[in-house]
Amino acid sequence: MSRHFFAPFSYLVLTLLAAACLVPFVIMLLTAFKPDNEVFNRAWLPSRLAWENFARAFTFFPFARFLFNTMVVAVGGTALHLIASCLAAYAFARLRFRGRDALFLLYLGTLMVPQQVTIVPLFLMMRDVGWVDTFWALILPGAFHALGVFLLRQFFMTIPRELEESAFIDGASRLRILGQIIVPLSKPALATLALFTFIREWNSFLWPLIVTTSPEMRTLSVGLTLFTGQYGTEWNLLMAAATVTLLPTLVLFAFAQRYFVAGIALTGFGGR
Amino acid sequence: MADGLLKHEAGVGRTLAAPLARVTRRPRLSLAGQEELLAYLFLLPSLLGFIIFLVVPMVASLGLSFYDWELLSPPQFAGLKNFNTLLTDSVFKDVLVNTVYYTFGLVPLNLVVSLGLAVWLNTQLRGLTWFRAAFFLPVITVTVAVSLIWRWMYEPRAGIIDTALRAIGLPGPTWLGDTHWAMAAIIIMSVWKGFGYNMVLFLAGLQGIPVSIYEAAMIDGANAWQRFWRITLPLLTPMVFLAVVLTVISSFQVFDQAYVMTNGGPANATNTIVLYIFQNGFQYFRMGYASAIAWVLFAVIFLFTLAQMRLQGRWVQYE
Repeated sequence: MSRHFFAPFSYLVLTLLAAACLVPFVIMLLTAFKPDNEVFNRAWLPSRLAWENFARAFTFFPFARFLFNTMVVAVGGTALHLIASCLAAYAFARLRFRGRDALFLLYLGTLMVPQQVTIVPLFLMMRDVGWVDTFWALILPGAFHALGVFLLRQFFMTIPRELEESAFIDGASRLRILGQIIVPLSKPALATLALFTFIREWNSFLWPLIVTTSPEMRTLSVGLTLFTGQYGTEWNLLMAAATVTLLPTLVLFAFAQRYFVAGIALTGFGGR
Repeated sequence: MADGLLKHEAGVGRTLAAPLARVTRRPRLSLAGQEELLAYLFLLPSLLGFIIFLVVPMVASLGLSFYDWELLSPPQFAGLKNFNTLLTDSVFKDVLVNTVYYTFGLVPLNLVVSLGLAVWLNTQLRGLTWFRAAFFLPVITVTVAVSLIWRWMYEPRAGIIDTALRAIGLPGPTWLGDTHWAMAAIIIMSVWKGFGYNMVLFLAGLQGIPVSIYEAAMIDGANAWQRFWRITLPLLTPMVFLAVVLTVISSFQVFDQAYVMTNGGPANATNTIVLYIFQNGFQYFRMGYASAIAWVLFAVIFLFTLAQMRLQGRWVQYE
């Protein structure tokens, strides 16, 4: 019927829209490969692939160092967030203690507090303990987020209690039960949370901008902004640097799209 | 159900522990007490982190907003001075207007695009994963990196947008250099960057609507238009509500794009609340004033969210 008649047309338009959505990435790649004298040319394609732009981007600023710092912050922050959230989520899902529900509500309430409310005192705190320009300052404040506790608690509650009761009767400690029964069963939820957290840390900008001052401690996001301005903007180098910055998240996404989708469907706010 | 399971588990534990307690005859923590202690131990890392990095700074920020502190001199109590200054600060007025303009420009556009595409994609049988991936991709990209790409695309003469407009005989504005267009340019970029998130959320919601409802409507002769307005949209309102609330909250906090693409210019045309907090706190070192602005932002977000919660009964349909 009409559905069959319109289907090819619908596919065509959707394909065009999807392609349009990817244009900025194409522009980034094309510019990244242009030799200096072609950047402002009207020609779309570079006359040759200027691979040296990537090497130049890495020497223009300590870009390898930015990459390393961002990796440390993203991996460290994600690990810490997962561990702290797992422990807390297990307490909220399985253990009984006074004020449990009120405390959980308070946790959820913190989701409404904009990060910017805390940054001024947080910066002063870091200055007072001498943590400005350290990994401590880059990692710790971002590692505590109610999203992890919320997401994992919801997931833990769907795991049947019978699975851990026999272990409990056999004398296994709660920590062992968490590590050997709950965590292995929660791999999809943990993967989703790890992805969301990694992406958030990788993208983070305002806090690293405030709490780092030396080039050696800058992260990729902050480092990228250094490419503009200083000597006029060298767009081809900047686009090469942007390509390197985007690559890890793109690879991650290619392999783990379904976890993103599942996580969004589950929480509605994770990874925003 | 959860409570029933809890009692059950505690019962199992008690029968096992009771004889042991009688044998040892030592005053020990009850099982419930042990569990409570354990719970606090499990909570400790997370709770400590929240208290040190969230609760304390939040309270400190409220306190600071009543002080005059420019970092070099010691802080001085100033009462409501910072808030009074805000009332007469013309830049703050601009910043507030800009942020509201950004939010009210972005949220409807984001929702129309994400909802439209979600409904459209939901009718497609093949290729859904690929289309969804393409539309979602910008969401997970680094905001600073894509802001720079868009800045390059908006570049007058050399940028692709200007080049394309000229090619079809429509010389465009200078975009980021034009006080009338700069914010619109940032909104367009932000819609591109963010709509995929809500689209995925809506797609998940759409897939939860039973096909039988549509079949019944089709038997009754409802056309596609009617089916959208009478079935799809009402059943999706809880998700639309969630999307509106969260997109509004994140829009009020816009910073990265404004900092990278225009740094608030030209003539403060794209300066936003958070950018102004950053400028006051970390460029002019007015710690008290920056804190006061941050609390105004918090209050605005809080009131907006509260208002939406109140109004949801009028349009959100829960099954």
